[in-house]
Amino acid sequence: MIANLPFIAVALLIGIALATILLKKNMIKMVMGLAMLEGAVNLFLVTLGYRENGIAPIFTNAPEGADMVLPTVQALTLTNIVIGVATTALMLVLVMVIYKKYGTVDADKMRRLKE
Amino acid sequence: MNVLFDNLPALLIAVPLFCAFLLPIIGRFLPQIRDAWIICASFAASLIAVITAFTVYTKGTIVYAFGAAAGSPAAPIDSGGIPFRIIFTIDGFGAFMLLSAAIVSFAVVLYLVSSQKERSGKSEFYALYLLLTAGIFGMVSTGDMFNFFVFLEINSLAGAALVSYHRRGGIAAEGALKYLIVNTVGGLMVLFSIGLLYAQYNSLNMAVIASQMTLSTLNIIALVLFITALAMKAGSVPFHFATPDAYSVAPSGITAVMIVASQAGLYGLFRILFTLYGDTFNTVTLGWIIIVLGVLSMVIGVTMAIPQKDVKRLLAYHAVSQTGYMLLGVGVALAVLGDPVAMASYGQTAMEGGLFHIINHAMYKGLLFLAVGAVIYRTGVWSLNKMGGLGHNMKWTMIFFLIGALAIAGIPPFNGFASKLMIYESVFAFNPALSIIAMVVSILTLASFMKVFHSMFMGPQLPEYAEVKEVPKLMIAGMVILTIFVIGFGLFPDLVVNNLVAPAGDALINKGAYITAVLGGGL
Repeated sequence: MIANLPFIAVALLIGIALATILLKKNMIKMVMGLAMLEGAVNLFLVTLGYRENGIAPIFTNAPEGADMVLPTVQALTLTNIVIGVATTALMLVLVMVIYKKYGTVDADKMRRLKE
Repeated sequence: MNVLFDNLPALLIAVPLFCAFLLPIIGRFLPQIRDAWIICASFAASLIAVITAFTVYTKGTIVYAFGAAAGSPAAPIDSGGIPFRIIFTIDGFGAFMLLSAAIVSFAVVLYLVSSQKERSGKSEFYALYLLLTAGIFGMVSTGDMFNFFVFLEINSLAGAALVSYHRRGGIAAEGALKYLIVNTVGGLMVLFSIGLLYAQYNSLNMAVIASQMTLSTLNIIALVLFITALAMKAGSVPFHFATPDAYSVAPSGITAVMIVASQAGLYGLFRILFTLYGDTFNTVTLGWIIIVLGVLSMVIGVTMAIPQKDVKRLLAYHAVSQTGYMLLGVGVALAVLGDPVAMASYGQTAMEGGLFHIINHAMYKGLLFLAVGAVIYRTGVWSLNKMGGLGHNMKWTMIFFLIGALAIAGIPPFNGFASKLMIYESVFAFNPALSIIAMVVSILTLASFMKVFHSMFMGPQLPEYAEVKEVPKLMIAGMVILTIFVIGFGLFPDLVVNNLVAPAGDALINKGAYITAVLGGGL
């Protein structure tokens, strides 16, 4: 049960994040939802690599027969964090430009493209 | 020289990335050579892609392990047969996509150098352009799931930044934001599914996963997420809302490359459906899902396109519609994958028609966007209602647009006809109703383009456009390159299908060959 807690957290986070992206009208909040979604996926990846009582996966001076956590998923997570920073930054810049030109961050009020 | 040829797949990514990051420095200190630099860089990248594709077509699948001596196997001898290195696997299908991306990206650079001349911030613009190219090349050549995700994100980020580059009173930022949100959600779905696969197979290598794939609940969840996410990237229905928004506001040359970028998503979709999952699934159901997506894209795309007033938005909806043809052709092949008789009689043709349509669409839709961009470049008007009589002053642009319009409508002797005919014939053997829908959509496309052609170029010369001139030579050169392929592929379809498309189709159908190429029969 305890071992499954992170997965439940992942499911909850994904649910909340998707709800934020789909239901919120404020674009800043939508970007926050996306950042949350990214956090949820990161948590999922790290949890996949977790081993109970595992040690850091460094072979130098490692004790005999000790379990190690999986390093690959951690590398994936690190890469995804970097990508996430770039994405979030670009999205916030775009929201900023929209706010400057339209004077609003409400997704419903930005309809100029449809006309 | 041999060192270069041995490391072609690495250069494929290294050259555009290296040139991209040097661009801002060159723009700062030597702005006069910037245009020459970007043309050379793009030419080099395209040349490498073409040579790589040629090598694959002549010598078979390339498996390139990063960080290993050239020619060493993907799985090191002491690893117990598990390829843990990052590898590029370029088979017939990958080579085919590389070819299409290489041609379009170079043609567009020629066009952009001229059309962006008066704009500011060119260094960063071209740097992003090269990043986008690297992203596309990477997506279609990688053999590693996580690498695929990284290149997908490079592709989306660079694409969104380019869409919003000239802000046009905020609407470009609006289109880019929608595009980026949809693509980021899609990208994270892909990553989540990669996590699901990694948890079961402890590997990110596509061949290893493909060789052990089974029908489990987790795999079904992963497949659904993959299809959803990559359909988003490819811009098919029901995720078609972001595509027209982004395409209609992007700089015209960029839109032509965005077509190829979205087709890299299509590449991922087909690679996952055929190579990763392939025959482990009930492909009839899966095939029908793809067929339904395709038919809906065709019909909804074209019906949304007809009433549009903004000419680029109209073209963007037609792009959604044409994506439907590719999904239809390949979906039929997927549906009959388990039936050798049907596969031989029409499945193979359906597959080849769908794939042939990918490269054709990249050429003629690229040409259409460039021609429309040329008109907008000279007139500054997007609305069809305000255009008219431009044929008097822009004869070349008119001819290119007409060629593109006839090709997209499927009129011989242009390339759109060749691939559509293959799709009609094979789909008719599978299910006549689908084929009839495809033909009706094609007729509607023709009607829509005749309307556009008439309101843009025909009629008396309007006084406000009396001063309009033909576009500069480099822009015409970009269009000429694409026109050569539109006409060439239309005149010699057999040659193209037998030499370029058939190996791509075989690579998808024959899942075992992909696995053997990487794992060497072991495992």
